[in-house]
Amino acid sequence: MNYVPNVNRRSFIVGAAAVGGGLALGLELPLGPKVVRAADGTPEINAWVVIRPDETVVVRVVRTEMGQGTLTGLAQLVAEELECDWSKVTTEYPTPGESVARKRVWGDFSTGGSRGIRMSHDYVRKGGAAARMMLLQAAANEWKVPVAEVTVDKGVITHKASGRSTTYGKVADAAAKLEAPKDPPLKDRKDWKIAGKPLLRLDTPDKVTGKLVYGIDIKLPGLLNAAIRDCPVQGGKIKSFDAAKVTGMPGVKKVVQVGDSGVAVVADTWWHAKTAVDALPVVWDEGENTKVSSATIAEWLKAGLDADQGFVGNENGDAKGAIAAAAKKVEAVYAYPYQNHAPMEPMNATARWTENKCEVWCPTQNAESAFAATLAASGLPADKCDVYKTYVAGGGFGRRGAFHDYVRQAVLIAKEMPGTPVKLLWTREEDMTHGRYHPVMQCKLVGAFDKDNNLTGLHLRLSGQSILANVFPQNLVNGKDPLTFQGLMPQGQEHAFGYTIPNLMIDHSMRNPHVLPGFWRGVNINQNAIFLECFMDELAHSVGQDPLEFRRKLMSKHPRNLAVLNAVAEKAGWGKPAPQGIYRGLAQMMAFNSYVAACAEISVTNEKIKVHRIVAATDPGYGVNPAQIDRQVAGSFVYGLSALFYQECTVKNGRIEQENFDTYNSMRINEMPKVETILIEGGGTVWGGVGEPTICVAAPAVMNAYFAATGKRIRSFPLKNHNIQMA
Amino acid sequence: MARLTINGTAHDVDVDPNTPLLWAIRENVGLTGTKYGCGIAQCGACTVHIDGVATRSCGVLVSDAVGKQITTIEGLATNGALHKVQKAWIDHDVPQCGYCQTGMIMAVAALLKEKPKPTDADIDEAITNICRCGTFQQVREAIHMAANA
Repeated sequence: MNYVPNVNRRSFIVGAAAVGGGLALGLELPLGPKVVRAADGTPEINAWVVIRPDETVVVRVVRTEMGQGTLTGLAQLVAEELECDWSKVTTEYPTPGESVARKRVWGDFSTGGSRGIRMSHDYVRKGGAAARMMLLQAAANEWKVPVAEVTVDKGVITHKASGRSTTYGKVADAAAKLEAPKDPPLKDRKDWKIAGKPLLRLDTPDKVTGKLVYGIDIKLPGLLNAAIRDCPVQGGKIKSFDAAKVTGMPGVKKVVQVGDSGVAVVADTWWHAKTAVDALPVVWDEGENTKVSSATIAEWLKAGLDADQGFVGNENGDAKGAIAAAAKKVEAVYAYPYQNHAPMEPMNATARWTENKCEVWCPTQNAESAFAATLAASGLPADKCDVYKTYVAGGGFGRRGAFHDYVRQAVLIAKEMPGTPVKLLWTREEDMTHGRYHPVMQCKLVGAFDKDNNLTGLHLRLSGQSILANVFPQNLVNGKDPLTFQGLMPQGQEHAFGYTIPNLMIDHSMRNPHVLPGFWRGVNINQNAIFLECFMDELAHSVGQDPLEFRRKLMSKHPRNLAVLNAVAEKAGWGKPAPQGIYRGLAQMMAFNSYVAACAEISVTNEKIKVHRIVAATDPGYGVNPAQIDRQVAGSFVYGLSALFYQECTVKNGRIEQENFDTYNSMRINEMPKVETILIEGGGTVWGGVGEPTICVAAPAVMNAYFAATGKRIRSFPLKNHNIQMA
Repeated sequence: MARLTINGTAHDVDVDPNTPLLWAIRENVGLTGTKYGCGIAQCGACTVHIDGVATRSCGVLVSDAVGKQITTIEGLATNGALHKVQKAWIDHDVPQCGYCQTGMIMAVAALLKEKPKPTDADIDEAITNICRCGTFQQVREAIHMAANA
């Protein structure tokens, strides 16, 4: 079951009332000879494939490219089945407006939860396969030969018996008029020639010349720029502001209140807008939340560690009884902080509003969610709105998926200046203080051993914030947030617990501070992997057992978890002497239907940790582009180790204290360990994700190595709070 | 009004001399390959060359850039041929989201001018740009590729 929910499209559904049964389909099956034409007049073979007379193959992609390589991977899957010439492949993004008009023919646009490829591979491949079959049929019809006698290689169709050949571009028009096959068969993995290969990304060249247009770079005739200040305390409002103080400043066109909590200045340039909004006198009504601080939140969560009530996420046997009867008990309390996504491109959106049309240009991980925000803010129906997603988003990491506050603001501002396009760009400070933060969580773990040092029970109690309770309350199950238990869930789920323990209780005392939580790359596996995998290490050492052997005994029913763990242990040389001064630590997890493990090699000198080498294994079932998987895995350690060492958003007087990278650091190249990636393609019917799972093993692998090096356990993060630095 | 020489061309820009060079480049000259990431010279996304030196343009005032040779990512290629760092970046598929990479490339190009065959230690010392996607492993490999190109 997939717990990462779809967009909250209450307003979207209104505009797209007919969506209904179309939610799951991805492949358009046109009835009769009705041909849909692309913008340039070229007929579509189907919704996923357009072939131009010059043989260019246009693959439609609705998932977002934000660095993770999904664009290239999805195109590879379509091209694989299509049997086209990869060098002729280009891509195109349908808009959510077009999608609504065509009853969501392209399915879900959402690009979060590592779903870009794993949740659409089946229907995009069928789109490619169906298009190939129609193209071949069109050639066979033209030659009046059985379709079984024609073959294709790189878009060139051949009838061997008669020596004739043609190309996709030449028969595309005829193919588009044919009826689509109902359920085209797909190739076996072993027959892949384009997918499964480490091909270069399609979106690189313009990134190295500065030509690529990100949201921040959008230019439109008559464009004005806006800078905004939203109330620094979540839940607070604007009491008043003195627009007259800034209306005479250079370039200023208008001062606009945005909703009940924000105020923006619109100017000719963004620098003028930003300068004026900084100078604008604003009186806030910050409300009750000013009483909240990191300390008050921590106290509240601490009380939840022993609270009677807890939502049960995973349970077997009698953990309480096993702990009561234990010959030996081990107990620990961990804590994980708020963190901000901080993608390099700050939040931005450009909007143009008239009474008849609202258009938005923006980076987004889910153009449909941005579309819903546009409808709501514009007051216009779906057929009068559209969202044009930029080719690439300058990072996302979950910030631009379910949350389109920046789109809402841009539309509200544009609405005050009908007909004028306005680009709203947040400062880094606005971005840091108005995030959708990685939730705070504490965790108390109690392990029970019998007299023979067998682990008989484990109670893992989470206490902290639920993302769903705030973002998608309709996805709570009798009040419980199932997503809280990522990596700890019962077997058969996409974030399943990887050990068999006879008596197990995993539960959650939900405590929701006012600080807005969000899906932060990896989501709840980040803290859960630290809690579980550091504690497994504690348990192993408490009974004098090797952490690898200790885990293995509990993993016989979890062969794919075991396989990735064994793979990193073997490659790292676990059990063999490490180089002088080097210490090793392990961690494993299953998340987003992928199995991941890491072995870290570190040294510690005067409270400075040098992470020398990481061996990481990932089994997503299928590897669509091994080179991009390699990059996602290596990058995951930058994201995960930056979080471990440096990143915490603290709360004071109800507001987030960190405003920029000087107080919210991110690791640099000199701190980067050598990452060696092992890709295991375990196959199966369910595909796993790649962009997120590995992040969660970064921190526990390093922390377990830190214990091996120093004999010390650190149980709250980031490490900078313990004066431990990254070397 | 200030006269800025960018990629060999003089631009008369109508800005307050206290405007950060980054915004004059992006908004007044219209070259948007130079990115805004933090505004406090921490991240390096806005790196340009000023008289050949890699410089974070958000921390330089227009008044201080007058009379100097400014090179942005758009001016790195010569006569239509990509700089060897840009080539290495394409061949080694370095960028992920790519947003920080123009600044990264400018920093690396300056490093290679000063040290044509940098060691890993040279790279660690000179390249301090933030990349949230975490391309550092590929960045390091591509620097060595460019150095040996």
